[in-house]
Amino acid sequence: MALLGMRGLSVFISDVRNCQNKEQERLRIDKELGNIRTRFKNEKGLTPNEKKKYVWKMLYIYMLGYDVDFGHMEALSLISAPKYPEKQVGYIVTSCLLNESHEFLRMVINTVRNDIIGRNETFQCLALTMVGNIGGKEFAESLAPDVQRLLISSSCRPLVRKKAALCLLRLYRKNPDVVNIDGWSDRMSQLLDERDLGVLTSVMSLFVALVSNNNEAYWNCLPKCAKILERLARNQDIPQEYTYYGIPSPWLQVKTMKALQYFPTVEDPNTRRALFEVLQRILMGTDVVKNVNKNNASHAVLFEALALVMHLDAEKEMMSQCVALLGKFIAVREPNIRYLGLENMTRMLLITDVQDLIKRHQAQIVTSLKDPDISIRRRALDLLYGMCDVTNAKDIVEELLQYLSTADFVMREELALKAAILAEKFAPDLSWYVDVILQLIDKAGDFVSDDIWYRVVQFVTNNEDLQPYAAAKAREYLDKPALHETMVKVSAYILGEYSHLLARRPGCNPKEIFTIINEKLPTVSKPTVAILLSTYAKILMHTEPSDPELQEQIWAIFRKYESYIDVEIQQRAVEYFVLSRKGAALADVLAEMPKFPERQSALLKKAEDAEVDTAEQSAIKLRSQQQTSNALVVTDQQPVNGPLPINQLGLVRIPSQKMEASSHNQGLTKENGAVSKVDPEPAPSADFLGDLLGPLAIEGPPAATVSAEQNMISGLEATPNAADALALATVGDQSNSVQPIVNIAERFHALCLKDSGVLYEDPYMQIGIKSEWRAHHGHLVLFLGNKNTSPLLSVRAVILPPTHLKVELSLVPETIPPRAQVQCPLEVVNLRASRDIAVLDFSYKFGTTVVSVKLRLPAVLNKFLQPKSVSAEEFFPQWKSLSGPPLKLQEVVRVVKPMSLPEMTNLFTSLHLGVIPGLDTNSNNLVSCTGFYSESTRAMLCLIRVETDPSDRTQLRITIASGDPTLTFELKEFIKEHLINIPTPTPAPAPSPALAAAALQPQSPITRAGYTDPGVMLAGLL
Amino acid sequence: MGIRFVLLVNKQGQTRLAQYYEYLTLEERRALEGEIVRKCLARTEQQCSFVEHRNYKIVYRRYASLFFLVGVDNDENELAILEFIHLLVETMDRHFGNVCELDIMFHLEKAHFMLEEMVMNGCVIETNKTIILTPIHLMDRAS
Repeated sequence: MALLGMRGLSVFISDVRNCQNKEQERLRIDKELGNIRTRFKNEKGLTPNEKKKYVWKMLYIYMLGYDVDFGHMEALSLISAPKYPEKQVGYIVTSCLLNESHEFLRMVINTVRNDIIGRNETFQCLALTMVGNIGGKEFAESLAPDVQRLLISSSCRPLVRKKAALCLLRLYRKNPDVVNIDGWSDRMSQLLDERDLGVLTSVMSLFVALVSNNNEAYWNCLPKCAKILERLARNQDIPQEYTYYGIPSPWLQVKTMKALQYFPTVEDPNTRRALFEVLQRILMGTDVVKNVNKNNASHAVLFEALALVMHLDAEKEMMSQCVALLGKFIAVREPNIRYLGLENMTRMLLITDVQDLIKRHQAQIVTSLKDPDISIRRRALDLLYGMCDVTNAKDIVEELLQYLSTADFVMREELALKAAILAEKFAPDLSWYVDVILQLIDKAGDFVSDDIWYRVVQFVTNNEDLQPYAAAKAREYLDKPALHETMVKVSAYILGEYSHLLARRPGCNPKEIFTIINEKLPTVSKPTVAILLSTYAKILMHTEPSDPELQEQIWAIFRKYESYIDVEIQQRAVEYFVLSRKGAALADVLAEMPKFPERQSALLKKAEDAEVDTAEQSAIKLRSQQQTSNALVVTDQQPVNGPLPINQLGLVRIPSQKMEASSHNQGLTKENGAVSKVDPEPAPSADFLGDLLGPLAIEGPPAATVSAEQNMISGLEATPNAADALALATVGDQSNSVQPIVNIAERFHALCLKDSGVLYEDPYMQIGIKSEWRAHHGHLVLFLGNKNTSPLLSVRAVILPPTHLKVELSLVPETIPPRAQVQCPLEVVNLRASRDIAVLDFSYKFGTTVVSVKLRLPAVLNKFLQPKSVSAEEFFPQWKSLSGPPLKLQEVVRVVKPMSLPEMTNLFTSLHLGVIPGLDTNSNNLVSCTGFYSESTRAMLCLIRVETDPSDRTQLRITIASGDPTLTFELKEFIKEHLINIPTPTPAPAPSPALAAAALQPQSPITRAGYTDPGVMLAGLL
Repeated sequence: MGIRFVLLVNKQGQTRLAQYYEYLTLEERRALEGEIVRKCLARTEQQCSFVEHRNYKIVYRRYASLFFLVGVDNDENELAILEFIHLLVETMDRHFGNVCELDIMFHLEKAHFMLEEMVMNGCVIETNKTIILTPIHLMDRAS
């Protein structure tokens, strides 16, 4: 009985099947399409059965990949047929042939609605399914209430309700407003009590979509999900038909665990305990069995359980258990398990701090990089890329390079890009970086994008020490036969700029360099010719004394290209020819390239762009966005593991820095470009500055005198000298010959939220910081790194503590040797609550340049906070007992930087203000609880409530309560500062006259006690 | 979204069943089917059942001369999908009795009905074989 009595259809299908070749098939199909078209033209003669038959034929033809651009109306008209068989075909074929934007669909909305609200269950199912598959915005608007009603109706049978759930999911995706969050969290919670596993399966999909958009609204559903998982995992009350090879619906188990991954944490201890018990059972109780299907199903559950455990930040022990399990998986023979082991290890890198555990499996992972299966090789590559840091970069990058020669063509570009990025991010030294990139170009030149070689040129240009090395390397490569054109480009460029640094080595005089480069000229493409011409001009410029023979050769080439078809080349040839006859002027025009401004690595950008977003944000991605601190290794931050190797930091850090105003930048570039040749300008004399700024200083605010005190505290030479004047004048970030190359304000702000990173950096030195906080004690280490080949002298670091902090800085050595890094521990004790900030007064001498800066230290209020999780029973009595000012303060804050609640939650979390979800019944509010530590207050509980207005994100009301009035006030102000704006640096209008004056009058007495706090003073200045 | 498409092709690469849960134009479908069929059919038994393609994954399984290919998002549980394919095959087996390519070709509508009961809007909706086959039994009895 073929196709329910449609003989013509069977005949047609077997005709097509019997076609010998594609051409015959096309002829047969064209014939059929013609036939259907004529039959549809006089529709009146068609019986419903015939119509059905033709519509199926259309679907069959469409499935084979042929266009069917007619007959849509006929398919649609079947939807309105009164009988089930026709209606069914109409619905199914319509959802295959049409899409949501098809205008015809609008015509059937009414029919569909009548089926949905009608009495016939099977019609309801058909209609819900079609809308669920192809319904668009208009369907969402007109059908959502009906669909919702069916889903929650108690009189509806499961078969209708499960379809309604997924139909609603579709409508929700088309228009999120159809699900009103307020009412839905309770409804959802009830729906999750469902006993029918079919309904539960589709409800869970709906739930995942809802919770992925707003997990806060659905906190009440979390225990329900845990219960469902428990019921399944323990096989309680699961009908036989829903177990698969003895495993209670693995699909529902997986989906439930997916849903749980959208909640940031599980706070309730009972739920957490029950959940971990189940997870532990899954982790430990999954054995390898003979039956493939059973094995797969149980491992599907196991892998999802692993993901959930990782997400929930289980205790260290359970985490290492997970890594051990994954380690076992990546070594098994079964390819699916190996693939998933690698994939999940990569995910694990993203979300938890287990790098060290994973690193133990490096050898095994490298083996997988050579697996015969490309899917597995890709996973291994991703994992190696993710787990790379300073400690293993050399090994990993070398493995990648080795693999590059044998890798599939489809993978080479990705491989080359990843190797280049890792080399850039984690290079232990710059010469190694140059080696890696040149090897990359040599081995896989076709797959090395221009960005990669531009980047190496940038590094070489910006690092003088590297130039002779790079030039020598480039020269070596030129001896190789059959050079890739990219290699010709990069070596010609580098040799043009720096070959004169090699002049005394054998084979490296200008003539020899020219000859070997010129050998490549006949075979290269136009862009390379242009580079070679520039190289020749540079060689000519560097040839001292000039070599008439070489000159003649080069001129001949310039003349030859004067009439070249490409305009760019023509112009270069003409101009270089004329210029090179001008003698001395040539040296000015063709002077060495100035340093490049620091910019984001184009490579990293490219890698970021390559990540294409999928429709729904996955839980992992959401999480990695929220917890940037954990994702350090995979983002472009400096490595957190291991000590901060200072001379790489410059390299490592570059990609992540945002640049300051561009005008400022250009100035900087020029100056830096000149550093190697021109002596630093003689520092202006004190008198000069005094004359210039003196008169202004008279009108300066009294605060001016304070910095005099600083000078005394810091034990500076009492006599003001030019350098001091200059340095102090530049606290405002201007007119100094040495400018920081990081945005100091941004750095400070970033370090307020995390515990390690770069505090300051200029062309000569870098200051990194690493800190640990325990109750009211802080242990900080300053990493002072000299980036140069000559020592930094007269190094001086003094802490100017505010009154509420006791700060002890260990001895700072007076000299930092070339390329060295010294560590200076710093102990901080918090005496009481205050928002004042400690300042590090730092200066050093490089050659004749004196650099002095004042930096705010990130020993701020929130470092002495520890988030607390309390239950409602603990919270509310406390909240009530602290009634009214001064212990409880309330304020409406306006001009708040608009942010969503999850963003605000993130901000609070990073400020160590533990947000407690679910405590406040209003989902627009945020309640948080934290412990503050100081010597005077000891541990003190602080309770915070923020009420936001969803219609106006720029204002909110904040209420803070604690047992100490100062603490309450300071904390309120502190949070306000962070809510109102993230401080961005504004360039100071002029060097502060007050400070300059102060430098000139170091003996002035302290006049205003209120200003004795340097933090306050500096904050005022900034 | 989860499941993006379910595709059945034979050893020669001819499509025997195709159901998409996101809209693709005919050209896109032709190109996609060509690419992934070429990729998956070239793989050996010793290789894993997952193939990465553009920004999603193909989970596939071979039964004699038939390949079942399911396109899923990157964060979908691969093994669960792999067993979902087997569930589909077992469901077909229960109805046709040891299902073969011809059964699916000449009962295209039944294959569609089954799939429609199992996947909707890219999500698994039912895994109970008896319930999945109920509408087909009803129809068989009606005709």
